[in-house]
Amino acid sequence: MRIMIKNGRVIDPKNSINDILDISIKDNLIDKMGKNIKEKGNEDHIINASGHIVAPGFIDIHAHLREPGYEYKETITTGTMAAARGGFTSVVCMANTDPVNDNKSVTEYIIKKARLEGYCRVFPCGAITKGLKGEELSEIGEMFGAGIVAISDDGKSVRNSEVLRKAFEYTKIFNIPVISHCEDYDLSKGYVHEGAASLLTGLEAIPSIAEELIVNRDIVIAQYVDSHVHITHISTAGSIDIIANAKKTYKRITCDTCPHYFILTDEAILGFDTNTKVNPPLRSKRDVEAIKEGLKNGTIDIIATDHAPHDITSKDVEYNLASSGISGFETALSLSLNLVNEGVLSLEELIKKFTVNPARLLNLPYGEIKEGKAADIIVFNPDIEWVVDKNTFYSKGKNTPFHGWRLKGKNLLTIVDGNIVFRDKALR
Amino acid sequence: MNWVKKDLLGIKGLTKEEILFILETAESFKEISLREIKKVPTLRGKTIITLFYEPSTRTRTSFEIAAKRLSADTINISASTSSYVKGETLKDTAKNLESMRPDVIIIRHSMPGAPHMLAGMIDSSVVNGGDGSHEHPTQALLDLYTIKEKKGRLDGLKIVIIGDIIHSRVARSNIFALRHFNVDIVCSGPPTMMPPNLEELGVRVEYDMNKAVEDADVIMMLRIQKERGGTSYIPSIREYSTLYGLKASHIERAKKDVIIMHPGPINRGVEITDEVADGPYSVILDQVENGVAVRMGILYLLTGSAS
Repeated sequence: MRIMIKNGRVIDPKNSINDILDISIKDNLIDKMGKNIKEKGNEDHIINASGHIVAPGFIDIHAHLREPGYEYKETITTGTMAAARGGFTSVVCMANTDPVNDNKSVTEYIIKKARLEGYCRVFPCGAITKGLKGEELSEIGEMFGAGIVAISDDGKSVRNSEVLRKAFEYTKIFNIPVISHCEDYDLSKGYVHEGAASLLTGLEAIPSIAEELIVNRDIVIAQYVDSHVHITHISTAGSIDIIANAKKTYKRITCDTCPHYFILTDEAILGFDTNTKVNPPLRSKRDVEAIKEGLKNGTIDIIATDHAPHDITSKDVEYNLASSGISGFETALSLSLNLVNEGVLSLEELIKKFTVNPARLLNLPYGEIKEGKAADIIVFNPDIEWVVDKNTFYSKGKNTPFHGWRLKGKNLLTIVDGNIVFRDKALR
Repeated sequence: MNWVKKDLLGIKGLTKEEILFILETAESFKEISLREIKKVPTLRGKTIITLFYEPSTRTRTSFEIAAKRLSADTINISASTSSYVKGETLKDTAKNLESMRPDVIIIRHSMPGAPHMLAGMIDSSVVNGGDGSHEHPTQALLDLYTIKEKKGRLDGLKIVIIGDIIHSRVARSNIFALRHFNVDIVCSGPPTMMPPNLEELGVRVEYDMNKAVEDADVIMMLRIQKERGGTSYIPSIREYSTLYGLKASHIERAKKDVIIMHPGPINRGVEITDEVADGPYSVILDQVENGVAVRMGILYLLTGSAS
């Protein structure tokens, strides 16, 4: 298979490229990149990317593909289709499946399934503890052998600090990060941010400090044993302060946030739309501003989706009873381009948080466009406007608070390992 | 003024004009309950369902009496006798009830937003009869009606709300309603029972109850919401009663024509002493009486019987 991408603006932050270039792909690799590459005549696809951005395929370090166990919410097939549509060529899937990905047979199952049916690369994240119970370490070494790239009890915090300490120590053998979901359960028995949302709706509150206390704890433990900690889906101004401060003296800290934490405030929940229910909850305007500032000044390294698809029945209930999560793959790029439109980030900086930074965190050989490297490439247009229609999602999860929103910027083409896995009709 | 809203989900969505219009409408219905034959044909042929997922004496009876005095047919469903105990979701219950074409469904639910969810799914009018700690709009309306009746006005009053504010839908709805008027609203109670940003609602917070009640025109007492974990917010009922129970000494600090209100049910000896609850300043039973008139007015407006 040969693909030629012509006249696009290639932006690859890792290799400091920002230029109008042609890219020729042969089989699964980038064969050549340069100005005015001559067509050979035997190309299977010639893509005219003029006026569009050509970037390394995005890497999502935090998603839920729901398989095995919750195939009614999402499968590896539908999840990776949605990811590909959204511009992701690699996704990390969290361990809270059924059975939990806490042993190598589940890891192998996911990897095998993804290889057979997936539209993009899938990297499982193993559970820190068996059954996500927070009690005993999972067989991290065996899962690492089978292909996990990180460990996390995502959806939960490891409540027992000693168990968490051992996890931080143990992962040093494999040099993979611990991804921390930060939540103090004694303080987080609610459903919405403690602030305007809880005050006006009477819904039980989750204060910011429920997140911040554990962000602090996890950094303290990681630093004590000199291990890498990655704090995922941070949502509060206080978390940003804690991380920014800690980063001054300790280098092995990274963090991510998700588009909904810099697009929506807790006011979005006032109509009781259960699609606004996420964990951590949507925060105040002040927090949203702090998240943007954190993205701008580099405190936040990565943007992840926390793609959390749900079936209709899990959301079509009272707010308290609804499952938490947003189906995020298919809107993440467009929502994040808002940061560029608002002047928070340059396009290069944005792409960096979706490509080289996550690749570096997980030691993945992707996230760049370079001759001889795997052809994981996307073509998107930052200006095309479109209206989100959940009914057209490839994901089984139609749970989005952005249904009906007019967004600017759209992914048009996704190439994974030299294969076109998604192509928008807007791209001739 | 014409009533155009399909539902009454909360005070939050109402304008000052709409609030006053409801109170005015209620006034014309109050007299019906004083007649020997307490029934008018206004809502003949209308079907009204009360769907209560939480226990209630006053609200449910009040709605039922209001509907019956207007000649509507009423059906009562409570959680313990409904398919809720068999695991039916609110959505399915709603769809099934809708198929029987009721005109109004009055819902009480322990979870905030349940009436809003119901209203979004069905064509019948929905009245929020109390949703968790969120709103209890008909209670606030009958409270305003009572204050207005006793004081002749709302503007210029000092209104003190005391107790388990954080869990109180009555407090929220009253604050939302009273904010439309030129009133001084003071909330008092232990800090653990106050949302940390309560002032954002345009009220003052005073933890010292003795100070809070000074020169008050209206004192509104709230019950500890034991069913929402209220008791874990205080060391003991006894200590609570010492610090925030309404006693005769408080009445002396208030205006001499102060009125004492309580949405009920009251816990005698906890948030209010017998002598105050049954004393001359108490309008607790007037509130109950006015509740019927206010609910008659609301049902009348929502069923479009005015046009």
